[in-house]
Amino acid sequence: MVAKKKPDEARIVITGVGLTAPNGNNLAEFRTSLLIGKSGIQKFSVRYMGEVLAGICHFDPLKYQKKKELRRGTRAGSIAIYCAQEAIADAKLDLARLDKSRIGVYLGITEHGTVETENEIYEIKQFDYDVKYWSHHHNPRVVANNPAGEVTLNLGITGPHYTLGAACAGGNIGLIQGLQMLLLNEVDLALGGGVSESIGSFGIFAGFKSEGALASYPDPEKACRPFDKDRNGVVVSEGGCIFVLERLSDALKKGANIYGEIVGYATNSDATDFIFPNEDRQVECMKLALNKADISPQDVDIINTHGTGTMEGDPVECQAIREVFGEHPHAYINNTKSFIGHAMGAAGALELAGNLPSFEDYLVHPTINLDHLDPKCPLTNLVINEPRRIDKVDYILNNSFGMLGINSVVIVKKFEK
Amino acid sequence: MTKEQIKDKILEIIAQIMPDEDLSNLKGDIPIREQVELDSMDFLDIIMELRKRYGIEVPEDDYVHLATLDGSVVYLEPRMKNI
Repeated sequence: MVAKKKPDEARIVITGVGLTAPNGNNLAEFRTSLLIGKSGIQKFSVRYMGEVLAGICHFDPLKYQKKKELRRGTRAGSIAIYCAQEAIADAKLDLARLDKSRIGVYLGITEHGTVETENEIYEIKQFDYDVKYWSHHHNPRVVANNPAGEVTLNLGITGPHYTLGAACAGGNIGLIQGLQMLLLNEVDLALGGGVSESIGSFGIFAGFKSEGALASYPDPEKACRPFDKDRNGVVVSEGGCIFVLERLSDALKKGANIYGEIVGYATNSDATDFIFPNEDRQVECMKLALNKADISPQDVDIINTHGTGTMEGDPVECQAIREVFGEHPHAYINNTKSFIGHAMGAAGALELAGNLPSFEDYLVHPTINLDHLDPKCPLTNLVINEPRRIDKVDYILNNSFGMLGINSVVIVKKFEK
Repeated sequence: MTKEQIKDKILEIIAQIMPDEDLSNLKGDIPIREQVELDSMDFLDIIMELRKRYGIEVPEDDYVHLATLDGSVVYLEPRMKNI
């Protein structure tokens, strides 16, 4: 099917990527890790819980922030600043020459403020919960726009900024919001993506544990096992990924390096359960995105799954993919969480970023830690444990789903010069 | 605590709050805010640290006494001499 021709002003492209993941602090490092099977999961000590498994990022926060900024701000803010600065550098943008009032910052988050609130309660515990010891920094740290706001403070951006609370679909939703604001001509450049500082919260780990959905495994690097019959839950990770998004017309004028064009996207709601996903709504969401892209399932070359490694969630997504792509099972399917765990609000953006180099190298990174495929998760062309070279990569489809039944799908097309 | 010890403790707090600043040339008689980038939230950090570390409550009306390093020592000396 041939996509209808849109004017360049109505086509949104990715011209920069900044990221930090547990196994890489820029796209090149991250991609290499995904191709050589390098995990980023390690043991981690969490307040009240002791040792758990987590994905921890090892970027240098002082690369773009002063120590005082770090002390005042949040980890999510710091991750966001690092990713935004790296994305701008990657796009070779000179901010001094841009109208900063026409730049928007749109970041997806799973939650924000949990870490800071837990820290403050822990702090005042030593003063017998006397609230006069509660920090005056609490409110600016926990407001929901904090990570995006810290980016604007750091970079002097005066255009709009806000976060989008979208559970584990946040990364895709931040990207979609950036795209929409460009299409609405609200901004001329968008920094869109997602961030997460969730490993700083014992409550996130304890919540998954109470649900019976916190992964445990003797070898931390093998703990996140989507589609494997021995999977036992989520590995919580921190991370961030921010894309520079521009209208194609602007990108061409600048001679920008174009990673790909966002041609399809969709988001919808299950309206069925707080936690458990809904196959039919996931099917609908993928179909909506395909329709938006004006392509058919057989046009998609790579499907990056949301699969978190839970017993309940993985088979639902597999069934949804089979339903959409069943008659065209040529698309290669992979999973990024198997390497880096669940980076929550950053997951969708990171997982998309890790696949973008496939447009150039024709390699599909695998899903790792898959020793025994769960019979409930039969997927044709699942790329298992080793990367696979394929002949054509024109379209990448990225699934990200979250609690309360929020679904998101993004489709990126290879940009042909 | 002696006046000198109190001064050292104040500098220790300021150094914690302003880790990027070189405090070695901080003048005692010039307002701290004129010498380093100290804003109102930083100042509240000083008040909070005095509360947490030494149990000292500084009423808002007295904040003016903490404008300079020397003034801070004079103000805090009777409150910290028995610590």
